[in-house]
Amino acid sequence: MTESPILSARVLNLDCGREVKKIATSLRDALASRLHRRGLVVAISGGIDSSVSAALSVQAIGAKKVFGLLLPEKDSSPESLSLGKKLAEQLGITYLVQDIGPALEAIGCYQWRDEAIKSEFPDFTPEWKSKIRISGGAEGRYNRFLLVVQSPAGEVSEKPLGLKTYLQIVAATSYKQRIRKTIEYFHADRLNYAVVGTPNRLEYDQGFFVKNGDGSADVKPISHLYKSQVYQLAEHLGIAGEIRRATPTTDTYSLPQGQDEFYFSLPYKEMDIALWAYNHHVATAGLAQFLGVSEEAAQAIYKDIETKRTTTRYLHMPPVMVEPVTEINI
Amino acid sequence: MSVAQKTRHYILENILFTDDESVMNDSYSFLEMGIIDSTGILELIYFLEEEFGVKVDDTEMIPENLDSIDNIAAFVTKKRTQATET
Repeated sequence: MTESPILSARVLNLDCGREVKKIATSLRDALASRLHRRGLVVAISGGIDSSVSAALSVQAIGAKKVFGLLLPEKDSSPESLSLGKKLAEQLGITYLVQDIGPALEAIGCYQWRDEAIKSEFPDFTPEWKSKIRISGGAEGRYNRFLLVVQSPAGEVSEKPLGLKTYLQIVAATSYKQRIRKTIEYFHADRLNYAVVGTPNRLEYDQGFFVKNGDGSADVKPISHLYKSQVYQLAEHLGIAGEIRRATPTTDTYSLPQGQDEFYFSLPYKEMDIALWAYNHHVATAGLAQFLGVSEEAAQAIYKDIETKRTTTRYLHMPPVMVEPVTEINI
Repeated sequence: MSVAQKTRHYILENILFTDDESVMNDSYSFLEMGIIDSTGILELIYFLEEEFGVKVDDTEMIPENLDSIDNIAAFVTKKRTQATET
């Protein structure tokens, strides 16, 4: 039996210069040989992943061939928009700001979502704030989603979500990522560019994306990188400190929502190490020691990783066909 | 029909889209079979609550209670017994 590797935060250390060159080469090759497109469209949220993806795109093909999109709506934070604009200006790329709120309003995103929330909290009105949080996975239980609401007076309440309410809130909220992607592809088609997807490895592996929403793209330059590695690249690429220091949020719900409370069972630094350890067959005792938790808790974290990987396979799947069309080779 | 029979029927009809009972037995792990995801668990709980009138608490949402027809049958029976005793 091979010995279990010893865990340390150093396992995620990157040779940033080499990594940037590798990604830039891969992006250029993809555009030239596979996608046959002349530039890249990147939607910039103001968060770390899209900022690094935009900067890598510029490294690969130059600022003139990268088009940035800032797509706020009424629940995204104004801070994110301002950080996104600063980044686009720092990178020297052409960018466009389009408020997607009216499109979401017209398609019924907020109405469907609020109707579902009202079924749990009848006093809920659009002036209230809300979010979903996850509970259970890190303790060895199935994950359950809880709906958290805050009244205009600041009173916070929460309830476990039943099936129908949960599905409707998530379906309505996913309109946001899907409308954004529609706009990204409009500009990509208009310019003959390709669309950059910005998931990091944690998100890609654990299925933290919306199918045909933020999961859809022509290239995904950081999907092989753990989030801690994305931060290392951010520093190397000179991404502003205010972006690097901001707590990662989903920026999708009206109440502030950390990625760990919505989806991951641990804060990203620990989640990164846990996923690395799982991928490298580190025994649960090793993870437990590193995180300062019981072996049982480490076992539950591994189980949660495994379960999420299995249960989100559908998000990665292309359409199922009855028979392969062998003449089409991609 | 017993809890196990009703649950098996529910899974065959709504999740596996078949009436062929040989595709699974009562001890099969849903997770290992890959037939129940996080939404599937919510669906299953909705079914148990509607069909058998049991309330599944957060702390009870564990594979030992919900990951096979055998586990579900034992769990529902235990919950019903507890309810009659109180």
